[in-house]
Amino acid sequence: MSEFDQRDGLSRRRVLECMTWAGTGVLWTVAGGVPHSLGLIDRAVAQEARGFTFLQISDSHVGFDKPANPNALGTLEEAVARINAMPTKPSFMIHTGDISHLSKAAEFDNADRIIGQARLDVHYVPGEHDFLDEERKLYGERYGRGTKGAGWYSFDANGVHFIGLVNVVDLKAGGLGNLGSDQLEWLEDDLKGRSASTPIVVFAHIPLWTVYPEWGWGTEDGARALEYLKKFGSVTVLNGHIHQVMQKVEGNVTFHTARSTAFPQPAPGTAPSPGPMKVADDELRALLGTASITFQPSKERLAIIDSPLQG
Amino acid sequence: MRRTIRSLAIAAVLGAAAAVPLGAAVLAAGEAATPATITIDNFTFNPKGLTVKTGTTITWSNKDDIPHGIASTNNAFKKSKALDTDDSFSFTLTAPGTYQYFCYLHPQMTGTIVVEADAGGGAGH
Repeated sequence: MSEFDQRDGLSRRRVLECMTWAGTGVLWTVAGGVPHSLGLIDRAVAQEARGFTFLQISDSHVGFDKPANPNALGTLEEAVARINAMPTKPSFMIHTGDISHLSKAAEFDNADRIIGQARLDVHYVPGEHDFLDEERKLYGERYGRGTKGAGWYSFDANGVHFIGLVNVVDLKAGGLGNLGSDQLEWLEDDLKGRSASTPIVVFAHIPLWTVYPEWGWGTEDGARALEYLKKFGSVTVLNGHIHQVMQKVEGNVTFHTARSTAFPQPAPGTAPSPGPMKVADDELRALLGTASITFQPSKERLAIIDSPLQG
Repeated sequence: MRRTIRSLAIAAVLGAAAAVPLGAAVLAAGEAATPATITIDNFTFNPKGLTVKTGTTITWSNKDDIPHGIASTNNAFKKSKALDTDDSFSFTLTAPGTYQYFCYLHPQMTGTIVVEADAGGGAGH
């Protein structure tokens, strides 16, 4: 996995191969300004990442109980146990949305209780499943403090500028994910005056790049956001939503999607719809996971390690 | 919520049934249109296009393992709550016209309902 991730210019075929391993989490390492996914968490750990490491967790869908995984809370718990077992504790976690399945207070409560066991700061962005309560207020009350609009914000850590975006609000009929002009203006402003050598990590729920529009896997105005990021030497875009690992490198921009901790979804076009994919019970944990990312100032990109819950 | 929506749908069906014994003349005047169902399966509205008479109650029923939500493209009707598996949402379209709608969680899912004025002209607006 790390071998896969550290290469530029991946062919579509390699990307598709990679997708089939999708599962648990992605460990990210920021090396010389570009994040690298280190592959499976265990392997990432073995590398004894030097520099600063953070963790990406995504699509926990707490409350999901359908055949594809009757116990999504249980697999989230397993993912957190694996995070806790890492010999080097990540600096913090980002959660790329769909914390809950139906935006119920109890689902958020359960998610917070389990994720809290990692005892890490968590930077959230919402998924479309987090805005389903009638008044659409629970996400904001719990995770929106200090954010703008529907929950976007930025922060700095270890010389890296992190930007959390929201692309799951005001979706238009027939369209894809949507950032909207208010957020794009804020983004342009947020980046203004920053040195081009500042490593940038952008995270949002739906992929900012067009993965598969037939299934809505892309962001309508994502290209505008990427335009603002063009001048930066190292940009890493971390997304969730598609419940599988996909990676693409385009110029200075590395795109990466993380596995879900709840249930896998099919590779683009390989099923009638992107709905939850039922696999044999003993295969499920190889398709769920998290990611760990390490930043090593001497290297050019962040190292990303996608780690399944098992395998 | 689910129960309420179902009772409404049942009431609509009973309403239609109750009209039958009154005779064809009453029905021709458009007292109660036959309810229509749109099934959501594999991220698709089925049927995707539907033509009904004014006053028809439409029920969307979600058969997927993932929630969906119904919203009118131009806010012609109030959006549904999120529909979990086997949940349904009903709405009665009382004015003729073309209604476009989509799933507000998965906006690539779209559908159209054409509401025609009753031939008798009694119930249309």
